[in-house]
Amino acid sequence: MNTLAEAWHWLGDPAHWTGDDGVRHRLAQHLVLTVVCLVISCLIALPVALVLGHLGKGGALAVNISNVGRAVPTFAVLVLLLLTPLGRYGEGPTVVALVLFAVPPLLTNAYVGMREVDRGVVRAARGMGMTGRQMLFQVELPLALPMVMNGVRIAAVQLVATATIAALAGGGGLGRIITAGFNLASTPQVVAGAVLVAVFALIVEGIFETAERLAPRWVRGAR
Amino acid sequence: MTAPPDDCLARNEWICGAYLSTRRQILLDAVAQHLQLTVIAVLVGLAVAVPLAVLARRWGWAAGPVLAVTTILYTVPSLAMFSLLLPVYGLSAALVVAGLVLYSLTLLVRNILAGLRAVPEETRQAARGLGYGPVRLLLTVELPLAVPAAMAGLRIATVSAVSLVTVGAIVGFGGLGNLIYAGMNTYFKAQVLTASVLCVVIAVAADLLLLGVQWLITPWTRGARG
Repeated sequence: MNTLAEAWHWLGDPAHWTGDDGVRHRLAQHLVLTVVCLVISCLIALPVALVLGHLGKGGALAVNISNVGRAVPTFAVLVLLLLTPLGRYGEGPTVVALVLFAVPPLLTNAYVGMREVDRGVVRAARGMGMTGRQMLFQVELPLALPMVMNGVRIAAVQLVATATIAALAGGGGLGRIITAGFNLASTPQVVAGAVLVAVFALIVEGIFETAERLAPRWVRGAR
Repeated sequence: MTAPPDDCLARNEWICGAYLSTRRQILLDAVAQHLQLTVIAVLVGLAVAVPLAVLARRWGWAAGPVLAVTTILYTVPSLAMFSLLLPVYGLSAALVVAGLVLYSLTLLVRNILAGLRAVPEETRQAARGLGYGPVRLLLTVELPLAVPAAMAGLRIATVSAVSLVTVGAIVGFGGLGNLIYAGMNTYFKAQVLTASVLCVVIAVAADLLLLGVQWLITPWTRGARG
């Protein structure tokens, strides 16, 4: 418990919050990194998943991409990208590695959500003379929304957690507080950094949880 | 003065045969450490997860807390997890194993519990009618029937563990991750690519191996359609 007390003491020191290595700057970097990667991943994964789900094709593809994604270490991808010409562009490798990491859960959840929409409802919509586009946006997507959002939530929390790995390769974010602590052999700083990241991840999880509770009933689904 | 050798190592190419032949022992040692860390972590995780899942199944009130705690553990980032455990284990292989165990718990407990809950009530009643006590019921009926769901969780947990071991490089016990980390600092392309590919190969091989084990230990799930 002594270490926790020291970590608390570390966090309480205002000197650790300011400057380029300070908590405030690292927190902002972490937030920007997470949001940028989440938006890019959603822009890539969701249209593909929704269209494939609407057409009912590519299920095996979605599941396999998800499985392969789990087997490839993010750290390895990050370092590989760092050694390519892309490595010269600051946060470029980190963003690419994190996007590659976030796409699989988004893709799988959105695809499964679209396929789980009651086929009877879809047939009824077609019988009413809806076009494919209308069916996708007015029937299937609203019904699949809880699953789609669940994928976004999983991706967001994992991104917050995984963005720390960027620090191993010299990137920014809260991970830097941890790696700096390792290099200084300062256990309180390491623990303080870890607590910050964990709290950040739990806050993101909490925001999604609250948004889900406050959302209208049809968004939450009938669970 | 001799001219520097003009081979793929000197040119720092991504794919390099000379790297494989000259660093064979280093690669084999890293793979051995990687496998060792993964296997121990998954086995310990299994040893902790099975009793937890059985407890959560027996007493309904225990399910909520058990699932909540394991989910929170899963949210903690790997780098942070290793650092949080640092005061307890110090810079050691045990630190990496402990972190991996905590990660595997969510996946394992959830899947084993789902498997146990999926055992049909009639099956349990039939066994009870045959005079099975609670222990025999658990060991000979419920646990075997939960195996397919548990194996699904075990496969995901193992594949994730293989890729997470690399982060252990920060404390020097990362198996192939050590080579990736060292290769990053020296811009040694062949080493980074070789180690990364080996990680994926290990993960895929482990997945296929577990699939085979599942096929062998659940004979009742096959042949029904054949």
